[in-house]
Amino acid sequence: MGSIRLENVSKSFGEAQVISALDLDIEDGAFVVFVGPSGCGKSTLLRLIAGLEDVSGGRILIDGKDVTTTPPARRRLAMVFQSYALYPHMSVRGNIAFPLKMAGAGREEIERKVKDAARILNLEEYLDRKPRQLSGGQRQRVAIGRAIVREPTAFLFDEPLSNLDAALRVAMRLEITQLHQKLKRTMIYVTHDQVEAMTMADKIVVLNGGRIEQVGSPLELYRNPRNLFVAGFIGSPRMNFIDGAEAKKLGAATIGIRPEHLRLSATEGLWKGRVDVAEHLGSDTFLHIEMDGIGPLTARIGGEFPVRVGDTVHVTPEDGKIHRFDEKGLAL
Amino acid sequence: MARAISTRRKVTFTILGWTIGFLIFFPVLWTVLTSFKTEGTAIATPPQFLFFDWTMENYVAVQNRSNYMRHMSNSIVISVGSTLIGLLVAIPAAWAMAFSPTKRTKDVLLWMLSTKMLPAVGVLVPIYLIFRDWSLLDGLAGLTAVLTLINLPIIVWMLYTYFREIPGEILEAARMDGASLAKEIVYVLTPMAVPGIASTMLLNIILAWNEAFWSLNLTASRAAPLTAFIAAYSSPEGLFWAKLSAASTLAIAPILVLGWFAQRQLVRGLTFGAVK
Amino acid sequence: MATLHTRASARLMMTPAVVLLLAWMIVPLGMTLYFSLLRYNLLMPGMEEWTGLDNYTYFLTDPAFTAALVNTLLLVGGVLLITVVGGLLLALMLDQPFWGSGLVRLLVIAPFFVMPTVSALVWKNMLMHPVNGLFAWLARLFGLRPVDWFADLPLFSIILIVAWQWLPFATLILLTALQSLDEEQKEAAEMDGAGAASRFIYIVLPHLARAITVVILIETIFLLSVFAEILVTTNGGPGVQTTTITYLVYMQALLQFDVGGASAGGIIAVILANIVAIFLIRLIGRNLDR
Repeated sequence: MGSIRLENVSKSFGEAQVISALDLDIEDGAFVVFVGPSGCGKSTLLRLIAGLEDVSGGRILIDGKDVTTTPPARRRLAMVFQSYALYPHMSVRGNIAFPLKMAGAGREEIERKVKDAARILNLEEYLDRKPRQLSGGQRQRVAIGRAIVREPTAFLFDEPLSNLDAALRVAMRLEITQLHQKLKRTMIYVTHDQVEAMTMADKIVVLNGGRIEQVGSPLELYRNPRNLFVAGFIGSPRMNFIDGAEAKKLGAATIGIRPEHLRLSATEGLWKGRVDVAEHLGSDTFLHIEMDGIGPLTARIGGEFPVRVGDTVHVTPEDGKIHRFDEKGLAL
Repeated sequence: MARAISTRRKVTFTILGWTIGFLIFFPVLWTVLTSFKTEGTAIATPPQFLFFDWTMENYVAVQNRSNYMRHMSNSIVISVGSTLIGLLVAIPAAWAMAFSPTKRTKDVLLWMLSTKMLPAVGVLVPIYLIFRDWSLLDGLAGLTAVLTLINLPIIVWMLYTYFREIPGEILEAARMDGASLAKEIVYVLTPMAVPGIASTMLLNIILAWNEAFWSLNLTASRAAPLTAFIAAYSSPEGLFWAKLSAASTLAIAPILVLGWFAQRQLVRGLTFGAVK
Repeated sequence: MATLHTRASARLMMTPAVVLLLAWMIVPLGMTLYFSLLRYNLLMPGMEEWTGLDNYTYFLTDPAFTAALVNTLLLVGGVLLITVVGGLLLALMLDQPFWGSGLVRLLVIAPFFVMPTVSALVWKNMLMHPVNGLFAWLARLFGLRPVDWFADLPLFSIILIVAWQWLPFATLILLTALQSLDEEQKEAAEMDGAGAASRFIYIVLPHLARAITVVILIETIFLLSVFAEILVTTNGGPGVQTTTITYLVYMQALLQFDVGGASAGGIIAVILANIVAIFLIRLIGRNLDR
């Protein structure tokens, strides 16, 4: 229970086609992340699944049942919004109880389930507070609490962490992952942050311009990106792309090499260049190097690397780590 | 922001501010003071500012002689009535425009506002004739209906701006939580919109209370609200300043208090969002 | 938000408001337009006949119309001048920190909530009365001859009263606009070496331009309809010295019972107001998009 299937689903607002006919299968219990740049249609796709928007074409099936025209209230899905969308006039208790009240649950059942949710999410002390008296992370947890009490077939998350600061984001990321392991329910998670996608997902769906670019596990996408877009989007810092003569030598229109797959040496290597900027993070060193005849490259070296701006360095890509792409940008 | 402001500058502005504020407020203050004078002291030269024999006789006289309470209750019925009916019509319309906008929503809203800009004299003749033929002249029902219509655009507009501040995501969350449209409006939208609805009500009661054009032209005595009743003091035989002042003080005091509460809404309601 | 279901209910919920306002606009305005083409006087029932544009010719060539048009423009222009300049100064003052500024603001906005008949009568009798009025006493105190306001300066007197009523409106809106100015912008200008005067001219004034436009447009719409203040003070006189278009139409309709002529006048008033309304609606519309 909790498999979702999209068949030929498309969406347009007036003239503008936001989602062009796509198919997608989400297995029961999977943690699927929709990732892509802003405007790629990932949020729209989530809202189509939720039923907050009508599809322009195609079908949506939940557990094999066609829900294309079912209103959101009856799809048995729960959603966590980017703004949390807590009811400001209700206490934390009231917020978490709301879906149960709408479902007509009895007082005792509501009391018990709210308590359970509060315990899981560490909200027990805050049950009588209003949302405005909570911190960002606590609000986020209330929103999640509101979602879990309904025991939905699947959870939908719409960029839930984007309003939190960096430290909290990492902590909440972990909490959501743990929640998934505990509840074992299908979760669909929308984000523009590829780090969130890589760390949380069983399966990543990369979207661009309303199309699915690639579907796969995080490491599949990292190792074998199907095209230039996915190659550039997944991985941080971004993959280096080189075209022209160097690419031709390898029989490709463009070649790509990740910063972490470059070997540096002060004395010898395949390519020679001058260090433009050196970012010393301690655990890593990022070098932005102006290569002779190639252009700028980014290299990532583990640990500290003694180099100064203006130094000449030699760079060699690791064996077998070069990605080759044809003129259309597809991987060879 | 957090810079020290020199005390001298602050003192200067305090004196300047209070002087100017006092001058602008003076006609109101003068009216209130005069209402406690005898007719003789009221026209005395030099004018008596504070040290005169304070009397309540004008308030007594105003109530006894001119059936003041009836005009007061007319004003209440007309302003509150037109506002409530207006809200009843406007809340659903504003809901629809704020939460389910279409390409035409903006045009509809602007068109509604444009009806507010129609000068009253443009429709004075037909409205007067319709009122005459349907025996609505000098009646509360007719005037209430007209005031509802002239203030409806402002009510719709204000509610629209308040509703629009409620994030659509919250209503969507309610929908995801299994609420029907009716439950969504009762449990989520309305509680969140209460401050906005109250402000809208306040401003429209004030506007209707002070409306003079239609009140003067469509009522005579029986249904006359305070605006029209006070106008009767313009005739030469009505030149009793103390009584005029007492009647005026009673007419403006409640609305002045409401108005002071509504000052923020005034900007929102009367500029149609062109100034934020 | 936008599912078929919600859209259908939305349309249903808008219907009452739209129908009411449509009726309110079309029915009386249509009747006015129709009457304006008739010779129709309530004192001569049954004598209505088609006259084409005669009413317009009469109304427009009536010397009273020219006078009324000039008076209307003077009234609107005068009040605008006083309220915009005064409102700007008041707003700048209220924007300064001083003791009791909140209370002073209440005092300043009070006139707006005084009903027009009351303010007109209080000014006319208790302040501007040539013998017993406060202004007369003040004039004598300084050894001047008191002004007989409504005999010598009738239109100016009305302008003063109306300006007093609308000053709070301009002040409040300009103050709101002033306070919405980003403090950092002013600080940035200060860091760039701009003095108080250049900060006002290059930062504050451009920021206020829009609010000033709004004040001018909205006040114009309301000022074109000023009525009660004239009715209870001068009745349009002496002669036609304080007769505005609005008042002229009122006299034509309810004092002379000339339905045709008054309707023609009403249509002309609508056209005048629309010239302003078009600009205002455009401005509001542009703001709605943001």
